[in-house]
Amino acid sequence: MNALLKISAKAALAGAAAMAMVSFAQAADISGAGATFPYPIYAKWADAYKKNTGVGLNYQSIGSGGGIKQIEARTVTFGATDKPLGGEELEKNGLVQFPTVMGGIVPVINVEGVKPGELVLDGETLAKIFMGEITQWNDEAIAKLNPDAKLPDAAIAVVHRSDGSGTTFNFTYYLGEVSSDWSDKIGVNTSVEWPVGIGAKGNEGVAANVGQTANSIGYVEYAYALQNKMTYADMINKDGQKVAPESAAFAAAAEGADWSSQPGFGVILANQPGAKSWPMTAATFILMHEEPDSAEDSAAALKFFEWAYAEGDDMAQTLDYIPMPDAVVEKVEQEWAKIQSDGKAVYAPSK
Amino acid sequence: MVSIAEADTEDLSRESRQRAVRRFATSDAVFKNLTRGAAILVLVVLAGVAFSLVTGSFLAFKTFGLGFLTTESWNPVKENFGALAPIYGTIVTSIIAMVFAVPIGIGIAIFLTETCPRPLRRPIGIAVELLAGIPSIIYGIWGLFVFSPFLQRTLQPFLIDTFHGIPFLSSLFAGPPYGIGVLTAGLILAIMVLPFITSIARDVFATVPAVLKESAYGLGMTTWEVTTKIVIPYTRVALIGGIMLGLGRALGETMAVTFVIGNAHRITPSLLAPGTTISASIANEFTEATGDLYTSSLIALGLVLFVITFIVLAIARLMLAQMKKKAGG
Repeated sequence: MNALLKISAKAALAGAAAMAMVSFAQAADISGAGATFPYPIYAKWADAYKKNTGVGLNYQSIGSGGGIKQIEARTVTFGATDKPLGGEELEKNGLVQFPTVMGGIVPVINVEGVKPGELVLDGETLAKIFMGEITQWNDEAIAKLNPDAKLPDAAIAVVHRSDGSGTTFNFTYYLGEVSSDWSDKIGVNTSVEWPVGIGAKGNEGVAANVGQTANSIGYVEYAYALQNKMTYADMINKDGQKVAPESAAFAAAAEGADWSSQPGFGVILANQPGAKSWPMTAATFILMHEEPDSAEDSAAALKFFEWAYAEGDDMAQTLDYIPMPDAVVEKVEQEWAKIQSDGKAVYAPSK
Repeated sequence: MVSIAEADTEDLSRESRQRAVRRFATSDAVFKNLTRGAAILVLVVLAGVAFSLVTGSFLAFKTFGLGFLTTESWNPVKENFGALAPIYGTIVTSIIAMVFAVPIGIGIAIFLTETCPRPLRRPIGIAVELLAGIPSIIYGIWGLFVFSPFLQRTLQPFLIDTFHGIPFLSSLFAGPPYGIGVLTAGLILAIMVLPFITSIARDVFATVPAVLKESAYGLGMTTWEVTTKIVIPYTRVALIGGIMLGLGRALGETMAVTFVIGNAHRITPSLLAPGTTISASIANEFTEATGDLYTSSLIALGLVLFVITFIVLAIARLMLAQMKKKAGG
């Protein structure tokens, strides 16, 4: 009898411990899914946040399109997208949208004898290259912009993304801004009908293909260009100034932006004015329901983002992302009041 | 006392025999139903897949009609989708794969069963089977980082120079050499299906009765004649089965192809140009496909692949049936 009692007591204890662990795990994990571009910084923030608070983040980087689908289906607490949704779409689905970090898109090249920063392009020329209208590296349009560079008499191998991508959306948005031909014939989307070139999957695929295809050009997120030590091209920006892709240039583009001009802060930072602005800068966004299924989960997610805005700037910069300006963060946190349960905001930021 | 005890044990043993028989009957019934259930499950899954593909692709076919199959344009911006380029790429890469893999695979099998010195048989056989064990993502990475740069420097410039100025062939091998493209994808597929064809061919060649081969040799046939007139005709049914298995894999292979085909929704006469296949398009675009029509068009692509595979299998069956008839008559 005694032994039996002991065993059952042990079993009960084990069961209780297991249940405690389960409920702990449920309370602990904030669930999100979406864009791949911000995944490294979300993962880094989540790691630090877990150390501070014990609350973890389960973020699946399945792509912006997937993120939008998942949040609409209410399977996650927040969705993440690089392509901001318009006001109508936000309203239709009852979603709140806000930006978290920014980054830059960089044209990368592999041309023999051309070092980083030795080649400069403008938007019009870049559009013509990706439309297949400029096919040779020693084309007059490129030579005119680069009188000193030694350009080979070789065909340009264009490399683009084969998968749908927020990077492609922001890249084509910029080309559409600077070239009416582009917006008429090709258009702006997460994937488009490319008239020329080879497609590669993901930023890493484009980086690999450009790296090993002679006389090629592609476009990747700034962090990938930096980490793979790729040769990038400088750009002529809206003010006619030559700029190199650097954190300061991305930040300059973000500075001039009027974030309140679009519903859900859906500003696309392509071709922003300013002498130092990098023309292909982009923000990445979070989507959450105005009336969430679980107020608790949404509050936990908002608390995480509040912490990330306050404490995460240095971490973002070490990974070559640009943190949001404080003024924008303030407006974002005001916007959070829209996320309600029973007519009350689910979370009030402490500031 | 004794007799009663004996009768008891007899009774007992009869009862236990009956019980044993009943037990066998139930276990037989359970076994029969389990296996039947397993077989039915396959049909249910197949029907389920077909059903969801058809309902999923309904919107695409309603919008584009049969024009979906004959349109080359794949434009997510204007939401105008056509499956011709992926269908073309799927078929062309599979043909290239089979052109290389079938003769080489059968060649290896003949060598292993007919002429290979005994000590080499096992190592070569195992090496071929190991090829089948390599995950397709590894083939993709190897194809992108090792094989394509190699082709870009060697085979592709050679083909472009050699066939320059010759009608038809010059457009079939038109530059510039990207390294990746339809031909590269076909060659990678050939390597991937090679072990399937080889190991099945080897196994069926080994089933040819020695007496058949020996009498042929006795009549003065050469090894070539024995192979083409005795071994291959004797095993053709299983051989075609093996080739179809390889073709099935080539049609549906996704990851390795995505890495090396260039993923361009275009039909170009040149085999060196980038193209796309059905499974590569789906893998590339499904996660980021926004909008119902885009998703539905990708599912429709899946349905097309399903149908192509079915047609290939049907043709294989038909060929086999005709061969049997010919052999019988």
